[in-house]
Amino acid sequence: MIELQNVALRYGKQSVLEDISLSLGERRIGIVGANGSGKSTLARLLNGLLLPSEGTVRVDGMDTAKDGRKVRAKVGFVFQNPDNQIVFPVVEEDLAFGLKPLKLPKDDVSRRIDAMLARYDLGAYRTHPSHQLSGGQKQLLAICGVLIMEPACIVFDEPTTLLDLRNRNRVAQAIAELDQQVITVSHDLDLLADYDRILVIDQGRVVCDDVPQKALPFYVDLMS
Amino acid sequence: MNLASGLYQDRASPLHRLPAGLKVLALVALGTAVFVIPDWQILLAILAAVMVLYGVARFSPQILWAQIRPLLWLLVVFFAVQLWLNDWQAGLVVVTRLAIVVLFAALVTLTTRVSVMLEALERAMQPLRFMGVNPEKIGLAFSLVLRFIPVIATVSHDVREAQNARGLNRNMLALTVPLIIRTLKMADDVADAIEARSYDSE
Repeated sequence: MIELQNVALRYGKQSVLEDISLSLGERRIGIVGANGSGKSTLARLLNGLLLPSEGTVRVDGMDTAKDGRKVRAKVGFVFQNPDNQIVFPVVEEDLAFGLKPLKLPKDDVSRRIDAMLARYDLGAYRTHPSHQLSGGQKQLLAICGVLIMEPACIVFDEPTTLLDLRNRNRVAQAIAELDQQVITVSHDLDLLADYDRILVIDQGRVVCDDVPQKALPFYVDLMS
Repeated sequence: MNLASGLYQDRASPLHRLPAGLKVLALVALGTAVFVIPDWQILLAILAAVMVLYGVARFSPQILWAQIRPLLWLLVVFFAVQLWLNDWQAGLVVVTRLAIVVLFAALVTLTTRVSVMLEALERAMQPLRFMGVNPEKIGLAFSLVLRFIPVIATVSHDVREAQNARGLNRNMLALTVPLIIRTLKMADDVADAIEARSYDSE
């Protein structure tokens, strides 16, 4: 459970988020909003990548301002551009990087990498240079890099924006099949259509918090 | 030069199984030795031995050729200069030295995973901790350099294409300013991504 209490975030005098209080416990939560509305900033607050100027963000009771590392082990984050998320030049090495803090035996690391790559049909690419993967494969590798750390929740920041239709569908299916709680920031309304809850962000505030059947038409109206 | 051609290639060979530290030490020793050996016949024998090692590592002649091909014109120039200034034996000494070092360095890279190489580097730098050096951070920095060379090359290509489309194909400022801005933005995102994966260098 992620809880935000009276959260505000400001850069100097510029307000990005104002007075946000939420309890996020549903299995699938979507966040929509115009460019610059503050939705990606809100996502980054959820695992302590950003800290609020006012208020608190707690993950299972842990304050992101005090227990950042523990929070990030619980809440994974997949960025919009996988090129900025994959930090090692070879596929298997990038996955091993996420396991480093766990200090596991080498055999265990290797088994986990095998299982993760097999799950997303990337087994043949284990020793492949990561920059030579396709856009969809890179996004799947970025997801693997987070999943291998076994977080309880994963935040996706516009995971399908840079992908063609085939890869978009592949990534959407991968997200749909996850057992974890998923919080997705997206402009792709089809991706969020069967979610449990949608937050609409406008000018740094939550202006609608409802099921997709109500929140998505509200958002479309807001943008028209 | 395609950086990927110099990266690790998995094979079941004794060279792949050797510790990374030992291979790097051998590279340093060989690199030093060939510059004190003046005899072209001995150097040719060493070059042949290095080529045989490619076979031991189960690499095809094509892989061996791919390592030396980008340097071929340089070897020809060096040989020609030595031929003009001295004699053909001197030319052979220079190009053979260079070929030995390049081929052996490539062999070390081809048979050693980057992560294993970085672990060896981190271990070698442990004694420097008392000076405030953090070997894990240096290891990560090396890895990021290797990872982002092709990414920055792609960004540079994109920027050049965009500027060409606007008729700015000879303007260095128009290339470098957007490239630097995008690289700095990327560096911010990468730092966030590393933090998001619970990285702890301590």
